Amino acid sequence: MAIPRFWREIGSRYNLIGTKCSNCGKVDFPPRAVCPDCGRKSIGKMERLQLAGKGTVVTYTVIHDAPAQFEMQKPYVMAIIEMDEGARLTAQLIDVKPEDVKIGLRVHSTFRKLGQEGEAGVIHYGYKFRPAVSN
Amino acid sequence: MRDVAVIGVGETEFGELWDRSFRDLGIEAGLKAIQDAKIASEEIDAVYIGNMSAGKFIDQEHVSALVADYAGLADMHLPTVRVEGGGACGAIALLQARLAIASGMYDIVVVGGAEKMTDVGDVQAAEILSSTADQEWESVFGATFAGLYAMMARRHMHEYGTTREQLASVAVKNHKNGALNPEAQFQKEITLDAVLNSPMVAEPLGLFDCAPLSDGAAAVVLCAADKARKFTDTPILFKGSGQASDFLALHDRRDLCTMDATVVAGKRALAEAKLEPKDIQVAEVHDNFTITEILAIEDLRFVEKGKGGPATLDGVTALNGKFSINTSGGLKARGQPVGATGVAQAVEIVKQLRNEAGKRQVVGARRGLTHTLGGTGATAVVHIFERGD
Repeated sequence: MAIPRFWREIGSRYNLIGTKCSNCGKVDFPPRAVCPDCGRKSIGKMERLQLAGKGTVVTYTVIHDAPAQFEMQKPYVMAIIEMDEGARLTAQLIDVKPEDVKIGLRVHSTFRKLGQEGEAGVIHYGYKFRPAVSN
Repeated sequence: MRDVAVIGVGETEFGELWDRSFRDLGIEAGLKAIQDAKIASEEIDAVYIGNMSAGKFIDQEHVSALVADYAGLADMHLPTVRVEGGGACGAIALLQARLAIASGMYDIVVVGGAEKMTDVGDVQAAEILSSTADQEWESVFGATFAGLYAMMARRHMHEYGTTREQLASVAVKNHKNGALNPEAQFQKEITLDAVLNSPMVAEPLGLFDCAPLSDGAAAVVLCAADKARKFTDTPILFKGSGQASDFLALHDRRDLCTMDATVVAGKRALAEAKLEPKDIQVAEVHDNFTITEILAIEDLRFVEKGKGGPATLDGVTALNGKFSINTSGGLKARGQPVGATGVAQAVEIVKQLRNEAGKRQVVGARRGLTHTLGGTGATAVVHIFERGD
């Protein structure tokens, strides 16, 4: 995969940049040009917003059958997380035993290596989440 | 809008068919359907093909012209269309072909669905399947296709108390039906324990909660209803169709336990048909994972939301139960050549309504429904069929 494909997404994958609709206040992640609730009224009114990186596990799974990229990490936990700003995203949970993950677990984002394009390829980075030390 | 009927059906066997290529499969299904319809090739106005990802599975794009060519139709210079829409592509191809005939532009259209999945390894095939989810915001972080469905299952267990046994009962039922289908990939019954003890793929889903990777093809011949009598005594009519889309990524959906696309597509199809779920006797619903069938029967309103698990375990959806669901064996046991799915579901419903389903015949089936998903539910298509005699 070409390097620009990862480079383009750096803002959101490194810094959790989303958008806030200044018409209704709804927060989306990753950024959207049009608010799913307001449609045309939101065009040109979507403001950049950096999420604070705190959220709650809505659902999760432990992946045993992994793509080649993730073979060395299995079993690993994936979760859908509702951020405190309201947007939801999908991310890996780390620094936690699979049996300790629960729906409702509070989690914080952290910056990690996500993958690599082959042996000598570009390394790409982004967010993973781990249990919150404090809320 | 003109009424449209199915006048011919054909399908290959489904499975890991090492000795047959994509074109072999597409042609076999197409020629069987044309033979079944008893039409001459000169009578065909167009060919529509549902195919998810021949470009990735076999490095071949432009498969619509390829299939028409090897079906011996090259000299007729027919318009050919390839439809993509994840796992729903075959069902969308059916809808587009129906519309083309309803509009009056064409009278007879052959619709095929085909996928050749075993020319790549199983890890690669799973990655290709997951490309129907959101590559940039799901897959890149390690969410597999099974993992996304597993997260729906986990949430359904949390909200409604659905159990692993109830999920497993979908696989047990569909294997039981598949055992009665000579074209099915798995013609073997399995026990609840076998499903529960199968190796974990993505918790809470085990290997036997997942439909297999398959090769196969299916085809139907559609005809303007007022001309269908010329070819068959039992035309099967399209009574309603609905298609709907939703957020591509699972995490953006309104409710992780409801596929809104299915709800809307189902309502649209039932409204056009002027029917209620209780008027349907037999349905083929998307069951790429056991949880998917639970969600489908709830979202299509065959059972109440949250009751899909207990209903399945209690036999409500068994062959000749209240609703006979996935009599072919479904994607789980008949097999899951992705592009073929929507068309193969229609083939099964047509066989049921013609009373040609052999050992798995639903007694008194007059109306049937197909439900097909793309991705994790970003596309859903529902068709309703009725005997036209």
